[in-house]
Amino acid sequence: MKQLHFFFVAAVFLAMALFPWVAGSYGIDFVTKIMVYAIFALSLELLVGTTGLICFGQAAFFGIGAYAAVLLSSQTQASSIAWLLPACVLAAAAYALVVGALSLRTKGVYFIMVTLAFAQMAYYVVHDTPLGGGTDGIYLTLKPALGSWIELDQPVTLYGFTLACLLLVFAGMAVLNRSRFGRALAGIRVNEQRMRATGFSTYPYKLAAFTVSGGIAGLAGFLFAVKDGFVNPEMMSWHLSGAVLIMIILGGLGHLRGALVGAFAFALLQELFKSEAVFGMLAKHWHLGLGLSIIASVVLLPKGLVGLPEQVRARLLGDKPSEGAMQ
Amino acid sequence: MDLSIFFIQCLNALQYGLLLFLVASGLTLIFGIMGVINLAHGSFYMMGAYMAYALAPIVAATFGGGFFATLLVGVGLSVALGYVLEWAFFSFLYEREHLQQVLMTYGLILVFEELRSILVGDDVHGVEVPAFLSGTLPLGEMMTYPVYRLFISGVCLLLALGMYVVFTRTRLGMMIRAGSSNREMVQSLGIDIKFLYRVVFAAGMAIAVFAGMVAAPVSSVYPGMGDTVLIICFVVVVIGGIGSIRGALLAALLIGVVDTFGKVLLPQAAGVLVYVLMALILLWKPDGLFKAG
Amino acid sequence: MKAVFFRTTVIATAAALLSGAALAQTSAKLKVGLMLPYTGTFASLGNAIENGFKLYLTEQGGKLAGREVEFVKVDDESDPSKATDNVNKLVKRDNVDVLVGTVHSGVAMAMAKVAKETGTVLIVPNAGADAVTGAMCAPNIFRSSFSNWQPGYAMGEVMAKKGIKKVATITWKYAAGDETVRGFKEGFEKGGGTVVKDLSLPFPNVEFQALLTDIAATKPDAVFTFFAGGGAVKFVKDYAAAGLKKTIPLYGSGFLTDGTLDAQGSDAEGLFTALHYADSMEIPKDKSFRLAYAKTYKLQPDVYAVQGYDAAQILAIGLKAVGGDLSKKAEFAKAVEATKIDSPRGAFSLSKAHNPVQDIYLRQVVGKENKLMGIASKDLADPARGCKM
Repeated sequence: MKQLHFFFVAAVFLAMALFPWVAGSYGIDFVTKIMVYAIFALSLELLVGTTGLICFGQAAFFGIGAYAAVLLSSQTQASSIAWLLPACVLAAAAYALVVGALSLRTKGVYFIMVTLAFAQMAYYVVHDTPLGGGTDGIYLTLKPALGSWIELDQPVTLYGFTLACLLLVFAGMAVLNRSRFGRALAGIRVNEQRMRATGFSTYPYKLAAFTVSGGIAGLAGFLFAVKDGFVNPEMMSWHLSGAVLIMIILGGLGHLRGALVGAFAFALLQELFKSEAVFGMLAKHWHLGLGLSIIASVVLLPKGLVGLPEQVRARLLGDKPSEGAMQ
Repeated sequence: MDLSIFFIQCLNALQYGLLLFLVASGLTLIFGIMGVINLAHGSFYMMGAYMAYALAPIVAATFGGGFFATLLVGVGLSVALGYVLEWAFFSFLYEREHLQQVLMTYGLILVFEELRSILVGDDVHGVEVPAFLSGTLPLGEMMTYPVYRLFISGVCLLLALGMYVVFTRTRLGMMIRAGSSNREMVQSLGIDIKFLYRVVFAAGMAIAVFAGMVAAPVSSVYPGMGDTVLIICFVVVVIGGIGSIRGALLAALLIGVVDTFGKVLLPQAAGVLVYVLMALILLWKPDGLFKAG
Repeated sequence: MKAVFFRTTVIATAAALLSGAALAQTSAKLKVGLMLPYTGTFASLGNAIENGFKLYLTEQGGKLAGREVEFVKVDDESDPSKATDNVNKLVKRDNVDVLVGTVHSGVAMAMAKVAKETGTVLIVPNAGADAVTGAMCAPNIFRSSFSNWQPGYAMGEVMAKKGIKKVATITWKYAAGDETVRGFKEGFEKGGGTVVKDLSLPFPNVEFQALLTDIAATKPDAVFTFFAGGGAVKFVKDYAAAGLKKTIPLYGSGFLTDGTLDAQGSDAEGLFTALHYADSMEIPKDKSFRLAYAKTYKLQPDVYAVQGYDAAQILAIGLKAVGGDLSKKAEFAKAVEATKIDSPRGAFSLSKAHNPVQDIYLRQVVGKENKLMGIASKDLADPARGCKM
């Protein structure tokens, strides 16, 4: 990673670490949410940005992680994070394994649709059957803890725990991308046939990526369930799958920090358009502003927000936009 | 269930499937021929329904026309709108990756929904069935079947036939099919591919709008109605094979059957069944049932 | 390096702005947080509730217990997955004194949880989930509308009294549908009737044809249903178009025909429904309310507007009793529990679990109105199952 990018990421993490000291309780809650979405976005980045697999059903793994957290938690005492967290991650990864094994037989747009289909299946199971408590969702009565040391029903503790998870996931993925496994995935993204021609059996690699990605999304789901204390089927809806896709594209595909920036940008954009202070009467129609910004960002920021300095620099220095940049 | 009930359920399945086909055919056209994933297609359907509601009084006041006049005006409007929309917006999407298309059309859904909210408001509306189609046919001793639903099925079949004729028997159809398999070749043969795409897009949009207008009396007009239609449409297109009208028809009918009988026989699983169907078909035929054409 | 600095500054500024709002001092104005659907299928309901609430406020000269009222609005989009965030925004960022909302039960459940944890006064102006004044009941949670159980139970009693023996039910498979039908079953079976079939379809699916055919095949004496909004419009029209209206009488919870008559047209004519409000009541308060509402908003009020209006009344009663000081939560609750609320639907009081104990009316659709035909159930109280207050 270039020095500049490293400093940027370090600065963001530092800012997030120091944030609780200046923020009110709402601010802590808000940024915890963004961090959870950042983990969620990173999980999708592994699939879309690194491996080139466009999955439109990521919300299912997120939701499974969340529902597992609620369904497996004890009603009488705080469950231990030591087994609850891995259980949720494994549940999500298990479903990802099944979905991946079946979906990876299709390609291109069909792959997108099959992943969507499997996500919809999970959605309808919790939405229509008594398993998931129905459309109104279920409560998490007691939030998990690790002994008396980490109690996740304390907002600041949860904030710190989420930040630690985000840091681990980010660092882990950075290491993964540089490993042989990560290089293989990148090769699959660029030209799968060539990879196969050199003797790589691409299917197991893709399946592994899919499973890991599902597990990370499950982690995000677990954290979200703990934060809200409440889960409902909408956590598996295709709207959420679309939203997380938007986050990583907005941030910039192919870069880990893109997922980070995208999560922040998407959340802040929504707040901006909903705020009556800025838009007054039009705040009611905030979907309009959001829709227009999404369109504008695709047209004006083809490389996402992380590509912005590059674009600005190119403009200022009078560089002609290269063939690749405007794609 | 006894035979007469089974027969009625088949009729229900057929009617639902045919309407689905009508909406999905526009999507598969745009998707197959221009390679554009258009998430806003559900919004076109919604526009049609709202047009049926909003235009009816205007048409009645200006020309004294009824239902069919409103249909004509609506289709005319949507062709013009489709033309402009393609020129202003969608033409930029052809060269872009699927992801960017998904994003931009998703933004478009939000914009359309809010415009609808600003222009027409958020209330639920009904559209009256035209008087001469509002009769019913007795089916057994308990039930009757509305003539209007038979009318919808009939119209859908007619349109399917019309599309088949255009594609296989006319020059325009030939050019469209050629353009979908090899864009550059068609251009080098002197055919204006941009104009062709514009026509196809406008047609695809008009078909969806028409479907919305025709379905409005039975589906009623309410916010968010485009959403539910959209996902099912994509399922139809994917099962049928992208770009295949024939496939869309078969897929839509399949879904009609699965949904209808699923609701009655396995109500708890009804929502999932359509997706199970899609997953099974794609695992058997990863490119959908038919190839484009 | 400049880029790094710039980006970090942006994030830091955003953070500061967010926290700045939290650090702001609370003024003497009463901050009411309105969490309602301003977009999506229930948007018109959200608007009606807000209109009703504001109408009462205007009638009081814009002040409640001497405090001027300031509104903070949040669009809940009827999305339960965003609900906790939205409530937290109102409670923690905007520091509202009172929470009012919402329409969708799933969202209301999330609101109830946060309200229970933070002790903020919550007044629910519509969501009928039994749990809100059942398992989730709390001294600071009030409801000005109804519980799903009430209209169902009342209709069950009425239908049993009419001598109807076999009924098929049909609804959406979600809390509002399930709970209404459950209430109906209780009332109906108590009166000696039998439910021969329970049909449901996933919410918000509106393809009814298959199930209508099933109803015809079952041949019950009558059908009881719960649908609302766009689904209600489509169901009534489909039911009539299938010829069932003439052969199998249709009864329903009032939401089947409330706010939907214009769209349903003649297909709704003659339908019997049960609800805690009707269109042509001889109650003086209702008449003056309808006049004032029509004059202010150029619209006819509906049950949602009444519920919004009464939510404001509940707030006013409690506030007056505590002299505007919301920290006196026990006195607030006691005052509200003890007072009869002068509502356009007829005076009602709140049960111990803070749900309205009210008359459920039997109405029939005549022309464009839900005409009052009589009282289906007098002073009906929700059993508040699971409430430990």
